[in-house]
Amino acid sequence: MNEIHLKNLLAAVDVPADWIGLREVKESTTTRYVRDSKPQANVKNTSHGVMVEVLVDGQFGYIGTNRMDAEGISNAARKAYEQAKLASKYSIYHFTDAARPKNVGTYQSPYLKAIDSILPGEVNELLIKVNNALKVSDKVISVNSLIRIVESDHHFVSSNGSDITQNFLMTTFDMQSTAQDGPIVQTRSHGGLRGFSHQQGMEVFDESVIIDQARKIGLESVELLSADECPSGKMGLVLAPDQMMLQIHESIGHATEIDRILGDERNYAGWSFVKPEDFGKLQYGSEIMNVTFDPTVAGEFASYKYDDGGQKAEKEYIVKDGILVRGLGGKESQIRSNLPGVANFRASLWNRAPIDRMANLNLEPGQSTFDEIISSIDRGVYMESNRSWSIDDYRNKFQFGCEYGKLIENGKITKTVKNPNYRGITNPFWNSLKMIGNKDTFKCYGTPYCGKGEPNQTIRVGHASPVAYFENVDVFGGA
Amino acid sequence: MSNQGHSEQLFERVCHALFQELNKDEYLTLSYGGENSQFIRINNAKVRQTGLVNDADISLELIHDKRICYSSLTVRESIEELIVQTIDELKRMRSEVIQLPEDPYIVLPENSGSSREVRKGSLLSIEKAVDALLPAMEGVDLVGIYASGKIYRGNANSLGQKHWFETDTFSLDYSIVTPDHKMVKGTYAGTHWNQNAYEENIQDSKKKLELMNLPVKKLEPGNYRTWFAPSAVADFLGMLSWNGISEAAIQQGNSALLKMRNEGVKLSDKFNVNEDFSSGTVPRFNEKGQIAPEKLTLFNNGDLANTLVSSRSEKEYKKESNFASEGEYMRSPVMETGKLSESEVLKTIGTGLYLSNLHYLNWSDNIGGRITGLTRYACFWVENGEIIAPIETMRFDDTLYRFFGSELEAVGDTSKFIPEVGTYEGRELGGTICPGILVKSFSLTL
Repeated sequence: MNEIHLKNLLAAVDVPADWIGLREVKESTTTRYVRDSKPQANVKNTSHGVMVEVLVDGQFGYIGTNRMDAEGISNAARKAYEQAKLASKYSIYHFTDAARPKNVGTYQSPYLKAIDSILPGEVNELLIKVNNALKVSDKVISVNSLIRIVESDHHFVSSNGSDITQNFLMTTFDMQSTAQDGPIVQTRSHGGLRGFSHQQGMEVFDESVIIDQARKIGLESVELLSADECPSGKMGLVLAPDQMMLQIHESIGHATEIDRILGDERNYAGWSFVKPEDFGKLQYGSEIMNVTFDPTVAGEFASYKYDDGGQKAEKEYIVKDGILVRGLGGKESQIRSNLPGVANFRASLWNRAPIDRMANLNLEPGQSTFDEIISSIDRGVYMESNRSWSIDDYRNKFQFGCEYGKLIENGKITKTVKNPNYRGITNPFWNSLKMIGNKDTFKCYGTPYCGKGEPNQTIRVGHASPVAYFENVDVFGGA
Repeated sequence: MSNQGHSEQLFERVCHALFQELNKDEYLTLSYGGENSQFIRINNAKVRQTGLVNDADISLELIHDKRICYSSLTVRESIEELIVQTIDELKRMRSEVIQLPEDPYIVLPENSGSSREVRKGSLLSIEKAVDALLPAMEGVDLVGIYASGKIYRGNANSLGQKHWFETDTFSLDYSIVTPDHKMVKGTYAGTHWNQNAYEENIQDSKKKLELMNLPVKKLEPGNYRTWFAPSAVADFLGMLSWNGISEAAIQQGNSALLKMRNEGVKLSDKFNVNEDFSSGTVPRFNEKGQIAPEKLTLFNNGDLANTLVSSRSEKEYKKESNFASEGEYMRSPVMETGKLSESEVLKTIGTGLYLSNLHYLNWSDNIGGRITGLTRYACFWVENGEIIAPIETMRFDDTLYRFFGSELEAVGDTSKFIPEVGTYEGRELGGTICPGILVKSFSLTL
């Protein structure tokens, strides 16, 4: 990102602010999508601009600008200054530059093969082969596959000495098969929610591995057509890591965001059942539950070294032995609430101001093998891959649906079931966590689609989890 | 050119420069989307964040030898710099498009006429906004977002077709919260700011809070007679734009309306919905610059009269295009009114639920048409035609074949415009026009 010299632009800004920061982001997203073996999209979107932030009289003001010359940045800083000055008499909190700690450093996503190691034509060929492999029978009525590659370069400089460069390379791969038999239609995908998302290079597109996975997904979509409906009732629930991703995200991640607890999101995403006095006391889940905020995991989708306020990112326990110990809140939220937080003050792009976001939020592995978990259950359902999600504005009452289920009877998996769903309430649900899979069951997922904030922002999050078993859950089938 | 603003001039200059660069066997369509926005985020009737966003993108669609690729770039303020940048991007796209497989469903651009619409509003100035907004909020816990400014949409192709749409809009989307965490939702939106109307809007919401001070009623899961206010109905209608009314979704087996198409299932004969652009709040042209009909009937007396069909779907599925957007979602939905007058709503409910707003809707069984979600904001228990108590948040799980079909008892006689206040890819335009509905039985599950 050598096109503009951010430090020179910062030096040219002439406003009497208490603090000034410039955050340049250049992000290119290349999406290639093939449906029914025909190309549907070959798109490259590039967004490039600077977020100018100033602090005056305790109030931050910002302007996201696409004008990146010295005059443009100086004008932007003046406008941001005026905005902040006008608003300062109504500020919800009077900040100092302690909300923007000084840090200097760099980060680079780990990868083996660079983006130019695979040509656009080769990507399309691979996606067509995946489509062909997905179509395992005439009952498969539609198939598709998608590869998305994001290159995102960030540079942050500030008047108190921060100078942080972070370069990200991220990939998302998905494939989907929809099968039909009369009025019955079933869809199977590669983890749901575009869940196969990581920080890695083109090495992820290993044709032999992907084609095998495609055939399996195609076969499972057909298998579901003749499967029994998922049974209804209270029973054991075993969730695969690709569904745990969503369970962690909705019922731990959002609930423990400190800006939500402080009420910032009440008009949009909602509030939280968690209260400030709950930290250090609330039995969030059973004693075997350990949840970490960990942006240091190599290759996980939302890894980074510094957040967008300049705070250094480190691994922290959010839930330790079942007790809520720390919130997901960046420096601003930590200062406002006096609660322990993490480095998660993040913005979706240059045109949005940072807010508290999840990054990598993971359930730590336990001791049980997959077979030990299944053999301990008299009656239950094992579910994979999210297809439906909804939770209330306090993050209490949730209902989630999955693509694929397996009935568990007398300690054994007996048959496939379709339309598996479950519902529950966050605290009782996590307190019903009976067994956690070991490292062999632990998998890393992520999603590009976490929405929050006013103005709205979509951000990438990572979630890693082992298989997990919950007792006595309300499970049910389709319409 | 004299009455053109900077954005329109910039778009025209780029179009002119790029179309001149084209080879004979190339087609190029350019789109422009941009905004100059002020955002003030409020919590507890104080400023949480305040700022401005100046952003715009130019999108390119290049067709060559039955192949197609797309690109978009952030617009630079300097026209000369932008022209150089977009020409470079065109060259990159040329090197890519020849590598791609043939696309049998390519829609070549046409020149079927141009349009220009510039809607001037009267907005609060950036400098005056915070002092105009905040004082009226005093004394309550108000949280929300004020957004205001210009929005631009443009489209042009190498055959000479050209569209420009520009509008001033503002919205204040907010919630007022009681000390015991009960909330009322309010929105003040439009094109001409009126300080008195704004202050009345806030006052009305403050008055609604009084009803929220009644003791909360806890409901058991079960089926309830339910009135859905227009905001709640708009949420249900919005779900039809996601694996619902799209012809491609039906053809690919991913639509809640498959039963209507394949099994002849009907909704209630009281259910009538149109795609209707007559309000002028959104442009009628799509990504390809095609102009949709001003009015298209989607549901007629409960029958699926039309799906939304893009020109690409026309090529693939041999269904006549109605110039829907590529995503085949509703851009300007209007549900027709019925006969139940607003003043009769509570009496007609008798005993049951009055739901003002819903939250976090999702298909729990897309093919079955089943939707789950939550009640939110001012939702009440009604007995003998009177509001008795706000209800505790409840989860629902029910099918559109019931609440728009077998259980639909009456449709309100008054429509409301529910503005689109989303800002994910930039400030959105338009909204949904719809009345409320009374449903004989609605399933609450948790």
